[in-house]
Amino acid sequence: MNFDLTDERQMLQDSLRRFLRDNQDGLRASTRLGDTENTLGFDAGIWGKLAELGVIGALFSEEDGGFAGAGFDLTTVFEELGRAGAVEPLLDTAILGGGLIAALGNETQKELVEQVIGGELHLALAHGEPNSRYDLAQVETTAQVDGDDIVLTGRKAVVINAEAADYLVVSARESGAASDEDGISLFLVPRDSAGLSLRGYALLAGGRAAEVDLDGLRLSADARLGAAGSAYAALKRATNRAEVALAAETLGAMEAATELTREYLLTRQQFGRPIGTFQALQHRMATLLIELEQARSAVINAAGHLDGSAAEQALQISAARNLIGRAGRLVAEESIQLHGGIAMTEEYELAHIAKRIVMADHRFGDTDTQLERFIDQSAA
Amino acid sequence: MDLNYSVEEQAFRAEVQEFLAQKLPKEMSDAMRLGHDLGKEGHEKWHAILNEQGWLAPNWPQEFGGCEWNAVQRHIFEEECCRANAPRIVPFGLAMLAPVLQKFGSKAQQDHYLPRILSGEDWWCQGYSEPGAGSDLASLKTRAVREGDHYVVNGQKTWTTLGQYANWIFCLVRTDPDAKQQAGISFLLIDMNTPGIEVRPIILLDGTHEVNEVWFTDVKVPVENLVGEENKGWTYAKYLLTHERTNIAGVGFSSAGLEAVKRMARSQMHRGRPLIENPHFAARAARAEIDLMAMSTTNLRIISRAASGQAPGVESSMLKVKGTEIRQEINDLARRAAGAYAMPFVSEALEGGNEPDMGPEGSAAAAPQYFNNRKLSIFGGSNEVQKNIIAKVKLGGGA
Repeated sequence: MNFDLTDERQMLQDSLRRFLRDNQDGLRASTRLGDTENTLGFDAGIWGKLAELGVIGALFSEEDGGFAGAGFDLTTVFEELGRAGAVEPLLDTAILGGGLIAALGNETQKELVEQVIGGELHLALAHGEPNSRYDLAQVETTAQVDGDDIVLTGRKAVVINAEAADYLVVSARESGAASDEDGISLFLVPRDSAGLSLRGYALLAGGRAAEVDLDGLRLSADARLGAAGSAYAALKRATNRAEVALAAETLGAMEAATELTREYLLTRQQFGRPIGTFQALQHRMATLLIELEQARSAVINAAGHLDGSAAEQALQISAARNLIGRAGRLVAEESIQLHGGIAMTEEYELAHIAKRIVMADHRFGDTDTQLERFIDQSAA
Repeated sequence: MDLNYSVEEQAFRAEVQEFLAQKLPKEMSDAMRLGHDLGKEGHEKWHAILNEQGWLAPNWPQEFGGCEWNAVQRHIFEEECCRANAPRIVPFGLAMLAPVLQKFGSKAQQDHYLPRILSGEDWWCQGYSEPGAGSDLASLKTRAVREGDHYVVNGQKTWTTLGQYANWIFCLVRTDPDAKQQAGISFLLIDMNTPGIEVRPIILLDGTHEVNEVWFTDVKVPVENLVGEENKGWTYAKYLLTHERTNIAGVGFSSAGLEAVKRMARSQMHRGRPLIENPHFAARAARAEIDLMAMSTTNLRIISRAASGQAPGVESSMLKVKGTEIRQEINDLARRAAGAYAMPFVSEALEGGNEPDMGPEGSAAAAPQYFNNRKLSIFGGSNEVQKNIIAKVKLGGGA
């Protein structure tokens, strides 16, 4: 047994942590609610530096042009992003968008991955729909072959990073019923395509997303990623990786929230003494610290099984995300409560961190959904 | 034991329902139902409608122009207002300052201020909390020094709700710095337009501007604006806190919130079935409802006791803790029901108008409300402080 990071990962963690700490102002500026100027949703300068630091490359395997890409590489990077409250769309551009192109793309399409790793290209996965909730196989958007063209029609919901993306990776159904795994294809769609319209908006926890309307959007057939109707497995694989990354990001945010709370309990005076001296609050802090260790173990389990069998992955990822969902809610709510009013203010760091923690539960399946998946998997 | 309302009470409920059906503007109830902000004008409009009906001041004695409803009637009124998605009455002037003025204010103060509260001419805010004195109110530091016929006030208040709309503020200020904590505090009425007052917005984590900091720099306040006696302000503040907690349990808000959650869960499909039929979601919603049913009766038991003249003691602390826990759980259910549509922050949708939500109805406000209502267990004496009160009363000794 060895739970230490390898030297390479330790170096990555150290340099990323240092970089994020030194760039706190830039990171925070891009998360301001009500900032209508920033339609990118993040800081472009920071993005370029992240690429230079090799952070994006660490999310891809050598054969895909990166230099790492295993589960623990993902968790190393995302834990640091979470700790800093970063909203930079690494999940969307690299793991989802880039990961899918790497998995399914032909030689020409795969050239885009190189640009992603270089920090020059942004991507978004336009998959969720107004009626799909957290069901990965639920796709009502249609792709119809018309001569040499493919015509996309439908609506995609809460597409994160859509406005900043050079290409959207769009899922659409070529055959089958609305919730079949078979029949789903993915297409590379330039964001400025005719027939594609965006309604962009900020997200409560930072970053931006959009509703994407596809109104008879025409593509040439070479825009398809992989074989017609068979994208589900790759979609599942990319989502699994994203869920592990998201769990790690949430863990990092939970660590930051807990640390801020610990410091506050030591300094805030009420009734003539530091509030950390009240036993009622001490016990609650102790509970947070216990849950944090549990959350760390859950993330390690999920990351360590990311190359396991499909069943193993499903079980471990649902377990991790259910536990993180429960522990995360507890940490976010208790951290605010233990702080009192100050934590309710937008400008205090904890407010942003708490929102990152809670809102992460709304991606790919919430706590209850993960519980159901776990039950399905353990009963199977 | 009789769990039924009396014939008179049922008639009263019908009268309230009729009024709401006739006079509550639809755009107002729509905005409230969707969790949108009403704005200053919206509040003033509803205030005027209630005033015209003579129902603006349920808790005031009739001699001051109030309804003098008993606790059960007030409960029925609040319940029906919530059910109809009527706006909340801004409580600072009507429910908080007015009872203090009626009991401790001078005749001149009563004659001047009370009618202006009813007419809406004055919008009051509350200056209690300070950066160093939240739940520990007695450690407040804002100073008022008497100089001839004025007090000179220096200091800072915080969490001043809707202070950006107010033209008057009632403040707790320290008039005797040498006195022990609760002694030496006075209750002052201050015109917000006095030179030396600055209001700075605090943006909350859900993006709303609901609270403010109010800074006082050499603010001259005429001595006739002192309520009651100098250094007795703590008594008045405590009177206000113990007597104006009629809606502390928030039963109406929780009932309306639970209805909204169910509406949303009926419209959302999950694993091929409506979310409301999902066993995990349904179980959690049911637990919240079961808790709410019991709390509603706990609330009525305490109200009924209050209606017969007994002042609530530790029970209001119990209601505050349980009531806020239930409301926060319902807020959590709402954001979960919204699914991915809980993530957008669409300020245009929240700031008024009747912009439809992108996701299911109510989804735009679900997560902002969840975060905003974290305040419920913090303000008005945090839930920890309430539990200390309960423990102190029941176990004795220190908290």
